[in-house]
Amino acid sequence: MNRNAVDLWVGLFVVAGIAALTMLALRVGNLSAANTTDTYKVTAKFGNIGGLNVKAPVTMAGVRIGRVSRIEIDREDYSAVVELAVERRYDNLPQDTSAAILTSGLLGAQYVGLEPGGDETYLKEGDRILITQSAVVLEQLIGQMLFSKAQGDG
Amino acid sequence: MNSVSLLGRWAINSVLRLGRAAVFLAVTLIASVKILRRFRLVVQQVFAVGVLTVLIIVVSGLFVGMVLGLQGYNTLVDFGAESSLGLVVALSLTRELGPVLTALLFAGRAGSALTAEIGLMKATEQLAAMEMMAVDPMERVMAPRFLAGFVAMPLLAAMFTAIGIVGGHLIGVGVLGVDSGVYWSAMQEGVDVYDDVLNGAIKSVVFGFVVTWIAVFEGYDAVPTSEGVSRATTRTVVIASLAVLGLDFLLTSLMFTEV
Repeated sequence: MNRNAVDLWVGLFVVAGIAALTMLALRVGNLSAANTTDTYKVTAKFGNIGGLNVKAPVTMAGVRIGRVSRIEIDREDYSAVVELAVERRYDNLPQDTSAAILTSGLLGAQYVGLEPGGDETYLKEGDRILITQSAVVLEQLIGQMLFSKAQGDG
Repeated sequence: MNSVSLLGRWAINSVLRLGRAAVFLAVTLIASVKILRRFRLVVQQVFAVGVLTVLIIVVSGLFVGMVLGLQGYNTLVDFGAESSLGLVVALSLTRELGPVLTALLFAGRAGSALTAEIGLMKATEQLAAMEMMAVDPMERVMAPRFLAGFVAMPLLAAMFTAIGIVGGHLIGVGVLGVDSGVYWSAMQEGVDVYDDVLNGAIKSVVFGFVVTWIAVFEGYDAVPTSEGVSRATTRTVVIASLAVLGLDFLLTSLMFTEV
């Protein structure tokens, strides 16, 4: 095979390989969406976050509008502080928006659901969501039920 | 007593071979830096190890993806979770099957060819003849082949994974009736560019390095007879496959233990 044909085939090979890598990064790994730095961060305090993880979705009316970016414990009152990175284009969430940790399906992954309030002012970078609802921990519910049942019997 | 000394000889020979392989690697790496000025030689070798391996990679990737689609669907449908089919196919391919199967096929298709070619060069004293002409065979023969394998393997693995995902789509969406949008969105939701795609790519780079190293070294170290070359070729495929599977476990436990 002559030189030019070899060059052509190797060129095609490299292009195909790079195209495959790009497809993996963009189409499969969703680099374009994962890399949107255009978010603003608000925090919310929860008594118990159950099995919530960093990167879990943040939704409003079922639509994903952001991700959980950080989870830590408040040093003062030992509650969980969850930092939510919300996409910049949803910058009109009212101040009195409430946050709840919900479960998709009965045993599915946990996510943060936001419920808009009616305030005229909007949440901005660094604000705190005041109305929150902790995760429902199934084991605790069952424990409570058994406990109250035992009390009722006694 | 005799069997004990046999064991001893085997142990000494193994350590000697390991040492020769390490020295060989060092010399090849130095020669690889020098050869970059004569890039043509590398391009020719990329054709031999890369382009000629594409067909088997593409066909295997397609079928592996189709089987994953079929098996994944049949398992997931029991739990009503067939919407996760895209995620299952993509994660198994990017994390494991893409790099590992490509490396195994690469060892069988390109690695054995490299060993046989170099071994035969040695058996017919071409390497010695080069040295007589003051051409360094490490630079002229080993380094371009080594670099070519190192470059080609990650590209082949990426092709394998991409084609596999398309194959899973073909079966999952085309035949079994999973929604196309759900297939892709479940994948995009669950696959992380750094944790999954990048780690898979790192795996394929490591495998490419190891497989090519073993293949070129076995050829260089072959006993210069027809039997010696055939043994070296067999050893390349066996050792390279074992090395890939062992390393895969090691890399997986390093990369994916902590979520």
